[in-house]
Amino acid sequence: METEISIRTQHLEENDCWAWLRQFTDARIALGRTGSSVLTDDYLKFRLAHARARDSIKMPFDARRVAEDLHRLGLTSFEVDSKAGNRETFITRPDLGRRLSDESRARLKAMHYPGCDVLLVIADGLSSKAVHKQAVPLVEHLQPYLRDLRLSLGPIVLAHQSRVALADDIAELMHAKLVAILIGERPGLSSPDSLSVYMTYKPYFGRMESERNCISNIRPEGLNYDAAAFKLTWLIANAFDRRVSGTALKDESDDPAKYGKLADLRKKYYHEIPMVHKTALRIAIG
Amino acid sequence: MYRITIEQTSYAFPDLKALMAKATPIRSGDQLAGIAAKSMEEHVAAQMCLADVPLRRFLEEPLIDYDKDEVTRLIIDSHDAQAFQPISSLTVGEFRNWILNDHTTTAMLSAAAPGITPEMAAAVSKIMRNQDLVLAAQKCHVETAFRDTIGLKGCMASRLQPNSPTDDLKGIAASIIDGLMYGCGDAVIGINPASDSLPLLIEMEKMLDGIISGYDIPTQSCVLSHITTGIEMINRGAPLDLLFQSIAGTEKANAGFGINLKLLDEGYEAVKSLHRGTLGDNCMYFETGQGSALSSDANFGVDEQTCEARCYAVARRYHPLLVNTVVGFIGPEYLYDGKQITRAGLEDHFCGKLMGVPMGCDICYTNHAEADQDDMDNLLLLLGVAGVNYVMGIPGADDIMLGYQSTSFHDIIATRKMLGKKPAPEFEKWLEDMKLFNRDGRILQASPTHALMKLVS
Repeated sequence: METEISIRTQHLEENDCWAWLRQFTDARIALGRTGSSVLTDDYLKFRLAHARARDSIKMPFDARRVAEDLHRLGLTSFEVDSKAGNRETFITRPDLGRRLSDESRARLKAMHYPGCDVLLVIADGLSSKAVHKQAVPLVEHLQPYLRDLRLSLGPIVLAHQSRVALADDIAELMHAKLVAILIGERPGLSSPDSLSVYMTYKPYFGRMESERNCISNIRPEGLNYDAAAFKLTWLIANAFDRRVSGTALKDESDDPAKYGKLADLRKKYYHEIPMVHKTALRIAIG
Repeated sequence: MYRITIEQTSYAFPDLKALMAKATPIRSGDQLAGIAAKSMEEHVAAQMCLADVPLRRFLEEPLIDYDKDEVTRLIIDSHDAQAFQPISSLTVGEFRNWILNDHTTTAMLSAAAPGITPEMAAAVSKIMRNQDLVLAAQKCHVETAFRDTIGLKGCMASRLQPNSPTDDLKGIAASIIDGLMYGCGDAVIGINPASDSLPLLIEMEKMLDGIISGYDIPTQSCVLSHITTGIEMINRGAPLDLLFQSIAGTEKANAGFGINLKLLDEGYEAVKSLHRGTLGDNCMYFETGQGSALSSDANFGVDEQTCEARCYAVARRYHPLLVNTVVGFIGPEYLYDGKQITRAGLEDHFCGKLMGVPMGCDICYTNHAEADQDDMDNLLLLLGVAGVNYVMGIPGADDIMLGYQSTSFHDIIATRKMLGKKPAPEFEKWLEDMKLFNRDGRILQASPTHALMKLVS
């Protein structure tokens, strides 16, 4: 007896009836299935996203373009390299990505930089794409807040083949009281261009990860520039206030009782920040 | 000094630590640390030499100084000599044979567990093939309970991981519905928040508590944050089920995480006092991963797999509900490709289980590793066969907050189907009562008016 094959639509895909929930998240929900497997279209879309993320890791950091954009904001910058030298070494040797190259170290030393309150480092990390898209807009949103805190800002350092801790190495040589490194996150499938900031009070080479505060997922579709700039400002002000960063400094910038919801950012900013910056100012001076 | 001569060539290893490192199957993290074997023959020579080391030796020669490291002190001081006695005369090689022998039962392995130090477990795993690691782990049984039972034979639970890059509560709830529809979440519904802002984390705890009690789901919740944040949430009266912390295998690496045993003790006492579990009181959740000690320059020349096994000594002190190795998350500088990730996942699962720790695994990779979803498929099947307590369930395997890929809700139902595995029994009954799965464990087409849909309005 021959087996008869009859194909019906419901034997090709079983849809999930909660597709309307997709309006609330970018997560891959309500994909539907065939049996217990994802459908062909979704499988191939996933492969495409992975291919793109892989490609974005290999994209070179265009520091010159970033420098030009910063110049337009009235900010000076200069470039440094880590010891990693190239992408392949950077991937397998994080130790080299945390230290300045001999040449960059010599150049920084020769600068005899007198020091500043806040030093910003912009670094490629694992996604140059993220840095190209998000770093300058974030700095632009940060400018008015920092002016309000009356903290002095050093020249912006653009770092090639850089891990997070390279910021400590740089800041120590530049006598910065606090460093914040804006760095490309390792690319995700849905976010190949997400930026993180790591902030360290009294930075020096050898600081532990627990001594930094992190703000992640900075991009228009994630934590937007203004929200991220506010958070960083809050952390900077409180780091100066309490003379500490990392796990000892809890981020309470969303506490409505204290500083308002991020949604009310603008309104609250004018009411609340001056109170914070007075303390920060006192410490910066005293 | 440890020596072996193979035909005319002699190999010498200055101490047990060096011998262990050279005997470890090759991985990028040990090469990065400069402690890996320099040739394949040296690697095998070290394995042969290690096979002849008596298990007792690991109690006499700690790999990290007793006086300088509280994890070593924990391992030595809490060692159960009575449990160790029956295996105390074995060498590492004989230990492997004993574990794999059919006369060695699950009950015997459980009885020996408190006598097995992390270094003994790591040593024997270094001379085991992948098949050995699966076969031996399958024989181990580590069961825990809170509102359901995790680790029963024939079951494979899952953590529902509904992360949102903006911590959007509706978005998180939408992913939770998706996961529950696919029968996931029996190990825990656990959120990694993007923010570490206390008020927001407390709001998340309340939402999860509302969902679990509102639908009477036999599971538990966790908002994965630093333990000091968790303790603060408890102090502020948040409805916290499980207290979470990432842990490492040395005192210095733990300091890098901002923790020590005293702080873990304090957290454990705080969460235990809440008594929120109904079936059991395992209320800690730990995550680990090879390479974490080296990444904070705190490995002291010990190979990354042994450092990882030392985490399980820290974990078992607190009778956790869940421990998982986040095996490929740390990146290619520690585990280079799919082959190394697979091996590490099997080693971690085996070592944890042998020591009596309820191991799960976040089978995962990052986009800068030489790995892809096919490697995850392979490891998921291997660990499923090995009897892993739980794995991750993430919408479409893509964590849009943490930016890495793991295993999906689809992967969970596919693996359960392929291997004949079930969810935790209490959760399985709930799935049936909710008409999400039928008696045979097959997923049903949900109706658009299903009660769970009301979770997001």
